[in-house]
This record gives sequence, C-alpha cells and structure tokens, in this order.
Amino acid sequence: MAIEVRIPTILRTYTGGEKAVTGEGASLSALIDDLESSHPGLKDRLIEDGDLRRFVNVYVNDEDVRFIGGLDAELSDGDQIVVLPAVAGG
Amino acid sequence: MVLTIARATYDAIVAHARRDHPDEACGIVAGPEGSDRPERLVEMVNAAGSPTFYEFDSTELLQLYKEMWARDEEPVVVYHSHTATEAYPSRTDIGLASEPGAHYVLVSTQHCTDPSEGNNEGPVEFRSYRIVDGEVTEEEVAVVDELTPSNEE
Repeated sequence: MAIEVRIPTILRTYTGGEKAVTGEGASLSALIDDLESSHPGLKDRLIEDGDLRRFVNVYVNDEDVRFIGGLDAELSDGDQIVVLPAVAGG
Repeated sequence: MVLTIARATYDAIVAHARRDHPDEACGIVAGPEGSDRPERLVEMVNAAGSPTFYEFDSTELLQLYKEMWARDEEPVVVYHSHTATEAYPSRTDIGLASEPGAHYVLVSTQHCTDPSEGNNEGPVEFRSYRIVDGEVTEEEVAVVDELTPSNEE
C-alpha cells in the first residue's frame, strides 16, 4: 500500500529536499506515524497535542481532511495527500 | 535584497488593500519557479474577514497551489494589509510565515479611514520583507514600468 504525500517547501528539510514522499497507513494518523519513521521530525510539524496543527492543511484527494475525519480519516492505496501550511497572519 | 515589481502589480495590490479596508486584504503574486519575477497577481478572499487577521480559505489555497504547480510557478510575493497599524510583520505574521523564498509585502491602510468610517484615498505604506526562521529582514522595493529580464538580479 503506497500513498503519495506532497511536502511543502518549508518541510522539505525533513525529506532531504524531496517534494513528495510515499508512506502507508489505513488512516491519516497511521500514515503520519509511518512517515515519521522514515522522516524523523515531520510528525511534530503536523501534529500538536494529539491533533492536526491549526495552521497546517492536509488534503486527501483534494478534500480538506478536517471535513472527512481529521487524523481518523480513512486512507486507501493510491490516495493523493497534499500538505500545505496555511497562508495566514495578523 | 530587493523586490522588483511592475507598477501595474504594485498599483493593483494597493487598490485591493484600499478596497477591503478596514478588513485585511491578502493575496499572492506568482512567478516562474526560481525566477524571482512577480508576474501573476492572484487576489485571495480573506476567509477570516477581519480587520486584525487574514487567512486564505483552505480549499482556495489548494486550488491556488495546484494551479501554480501545473504552471511551474511559485509564490514570489505573499501580501496582506494592516488596516490599523504600520506595514511591519506582526508576531503572528512572523510565526506563521511558511514561504522562506517569498517576499512578504505589507501594505498599511491605517491612514485611509474617514471620520465617518468610510475609506478615503489617504496615503498607504508598501514595504517588503524576507521572513526566514522567525527572522525578519526588510528589503528595498523597486517599482519598474515593466518587468524585463534585465531587472533580474
């Protein structure tokens, strides 16, 4: 089972500069744990206090994961994941 | 370091900030990857609809990035307005800045409010910064009639 994850510029320090990496997992939470094992440090940039960080957006097949279960969102082989930091400020 | 920007793009960003005042306006100027040329202005909706905060809508954010990837573009400029304070990045701006390669443009419309709460044509401030790892560096803004290859650094 392979799921492609698009990594934003600011997090490519964790992926050796790679724009996209692959991982596996039946849920977003499991996928992030799997990514952490090959790209240590990544998880902490995505998750805070057991939930997705407020200003990090994760999309599964173009859907904001917050609308489809958040970290519990179910994933399938071939899903396309995109991680994008929010563009926001004060 | 310098932000070189076409007059028409500069004017359009200022017009957007004036139009949305007293709420914050926001958007980007995309350009070919690695070119440092702000060529294509994309005005974004401030999903926060606030005078003190801005945020791109998450669905529109994805559409924007997919469009840029398809065109081999990147965000060369990320801009937003401050409507009651000067054109300097706030602590929130610095904490959330996530495009280390971008020019962060701040437009202040703090002098554009009429006593009757309408918008006026008061002076605006237009300043540009690099924000990398929490460190802010102001840079010069060079407004040119048109972007040409000779404007590249």
